[in-house]
Amino acid sequence: METKAVRFGKKLVTTKEFLAEGHNFCTGCGEALAIRLAMKALGENVVVAMATGCDEVCTTPLPYTSWRVPWLHTLFENAAAEISGVEAGLKILVKKGRMPERDIVCVAMGGDGATSDIGMQALSGAFERGHDFIYICLDNEAYMNTGIQRSSATPYGASTTTAPAGKFSIGQITRKKNMVAIAAAHGIPYVATACPSYRFDLMKKVKKGAESKGPAYVHILSPCPTGWRYSSNLTIDIGQLAVQTGIFPLYEIEGGRYRLDADPPELKPVEEYLKLQGRYRHLTDEQIESIQQMVNEDYAKLKEKVAAFPM
Amino acid sequence: MPCGSYKHDGGGGKMSRRVALEASHAAAEAAKMADVDVISAYPITPQTHIPERLAEMVADGELSAAYIPVESEHSAMSACLGAAAVGARTFTATAGQGLELMHEVVYVASSMRYPVVMTVCNRALSAPLSVWGDHSDAMAVRDIGWIQVFCQNNQEAFDLTLWAFRVGEDPNVLLPVMVHLDGFTLTHVTEPVILPEQSEVDRFLPRFQYPFALNPDKPMTHGAFGPPEIYSETKLAQEVAFRNSKDIILGEWKEFGDIFGRYYNPVEEYKTENAEILLLTMGSFTETAKIVIDARRDKGEAIGLMSLRLWRPFPFEEFRRAVKGSKILIVFDRCISFGMGGPVFSEVRSALYDEEPRPKVVGIIGGLGGRDMAEEDFEHVINRGREIAEKGPEKMLETVGIRG
Amino acid sequence: MADKLTWRDMEVGNIVKEAGSASFRKTGDWRTEKPILDKEKCIKCALCWIYCPDAAIKPSEDGYYEADLYYCKGCGICASICPVGAISMTEEEEK
Repeated sequence: METKAVRFGKKLVTTKEFLAEGHNFCTGCGEALAIRLAMKALGENVVVAMATGCDEVCTTPLPYTSWRVPWLHTLFENAAAEISGVEAGLKILVKKGRMPERDIVCVAMGGDGATSDIGMQALSGAFERGHDFIYICLDNEAYMNTGIQRSSATPYGASTTTAPAGKFSIGQITRKKNMVAIAAAHGIPYVATACPSYRFDLMKKVKKGAESKGPAYVHILSPCPTGWRYSSNLTIDIGQLAVQTGIFPLYEIEGGRYRLDADPPELKPVEEYLKLQGRYRHLTDEQIESIQQMVNEDYAKLKEKVAAFPM
Repeated sequence: MPCGSYKHDGGGGKMSRRVALEASHAAAEAAKMADVDVISAYPITPQTHIPERLAEMVADGELSAAYIPVESEHSAMSACLGAAAVGARTFTATAGQGLELMHEVVYVASSMRYPVVMTVCNRALSAPLSVWGDHSDAMAVRDIGWIQVFCQNNQEAFDLTLWAFRVGEDPNVLLPVMVHLDGFTLTHVTEPVILPEQSEVDRFLPRFQYPFALNPDKPMTHGAFGPPEIYSETKLAQEVAFRNSKDIILGEWKEFGDIFGRYYNPVEEYKTENAEILLLTMGSFTETAKIVIDARRDKGEAIGLMSLRLWRPFPFEEFRRAVKGSKILIVFDRCISFGMGGPVFSEVRSALYDEEPRPKVVGIIGGLGGRDMAEEDFEHVINRGREIAEKGPEKMLETVGIRG
Repeated sequence: MADKLTWRDMEVGNIVKEAGSASFRKTGDWRTEKPILDKEKCIKCALCWIYCPDAAIKPSEDGYYEADLYYCKGCGICASICPVGAISMTEEEEK
């Protein structure tokens, strides 16, 4: 008899796979896992609009598809604009009586490049117009599908192919663009960060974002063995360290109010996270220390916000 | 109806009205009568009166549609794709720079076979910035795979927009349609337009039933990527479907005429019987040129005019038939294809290359960036065109109305 | 296979109508290492099942969770996160 769901304590997780096995994601891909978990939280009553990137290329080589839900891809920078059309289209068809009313969640997905760089405009527009959709950013911190080029989500000090570490450069010389703050600044009802290493937290947040009325933004850190240069079996560990060092805190912003979902009494030193990844291999002790300072600063600022605007 | 004639009578039923409308408002009216579902548009001169009028209609409940005030033209067309993918009837409009900004998206619309209808209010391309009319925006999108027509007047702005929904949505076509209207000379000029009854429109335009609408009951994937081992086959399939749409285009024009009394054809032939010289124009300047043709015909000159109404798919058959017997074909272009010359001129020459006999084809460029073409300008085009045909080209580029 | 299709076989708009049709792809060929489950140690916590990026670990009839070698890419995540060390990665044999 086929198992319909797997029990984790009080939680039941469906065994349905909305992203079929046999996809082309790299061995140990954090993004593939993030999508798998997000889809389990979303279910089948969705329309997914996806941007060009790893997520799209690894799942839809003509004439085949890995998707078991309605899925759309057109270009790189317009997932948010596409989903605006999907959402408006579905709403008006119901209003005009051409389609029965039903709960279809409009989901847009894009990588960090598609979200914080080339797709920023479309995302901002979709937020401002208040469409009822959830935007999931799969953040592997560079343009991975085209060969590990830097994006505005690449963290300070990481080496990428277009901002490589060299004699005169530390690699990425800018700090990671804070997409979560940008999303929240639009005043949208729900914003959250997630990481596949924290499976239930991720699924809960995706579900919340899907259920909230209006735009929702969930930013998922997606560890990438190929681009971050670590052994593929460490994806979950690295995700955990990102959270435990305070580099990628897990939090939610609902109606402008903050909740920190994981607040370890003592943050682990960033070095534990950085030393596992080849993209940080070139860093000196001083540089690691300055990264530590930056992380301490940012984490402190976040805690101030959590204290000032608690949920 | 014989091809080559354009019947312009009252047409339609007893309740059709004759209303003074700008071409922009005529296009908006057509979208409204077509009961469009989603409008996703970004304002740009000289298209602004279209989204403004549609926004008014939606705000007042005259039209039940979702109006998405997108933040750029790239998003305008992207949202159209999303709406079309779930089975909504979709409309947008743009001009000049806006068309350029959505350039990559328009290719996607046709390759994915979404029947979006778009009015393009032809505007010159920057730089320098120009909000005024010419055909450079249209010529930049020749290759995109949309069905494209050029309107001569405001009645056509209404009729061809309405027709565009029908032909694009035909299950054997499923292609987006671009309706070109000259910026300012049509968009901002008021002319009488015959508006049909809604019941006639409903008879002509059935409910939109997009056969592959995204729906959880039957999950499909739209927009998979094309590895080298399959991309070429997809493109050939697309071109075959595009060429095959021509028969349906003609069929829908006949259907349109049967219901509304106005018959359209791919190539309009005006006083071309026994013409030795033919002038080729596109868009609203055709009407000015017709006045010049009338005057010359009255003086006994064997001269006629052709206007390309259907631009894509190129009407090879009708075009070649229309030029038979003529000795000189003067092509008037409203765009410079830099380094090559007039784009329509180049295409027309290519279309006639294998014909025996064929007229001598010459090209003259003018009417750029809002520069008007009065009757005397067309007189000059015809005179100069004859000279070039007889003596051969003398200049690198033949132009009219450009100082120096 | 894709390279046997002609232009006439193309769907309108290149739409893929069959959901999940890519699941025929044998990604198990990618492996250099494969997971081996020690059922004595396994506590059936299902962490390996939920953390597999490829959904290659399947619940089996006797309540264990085992890798489907057709799909398993041998990433080793399951072995890494197993709380009781019931999974070990061994080198895939040369074929």
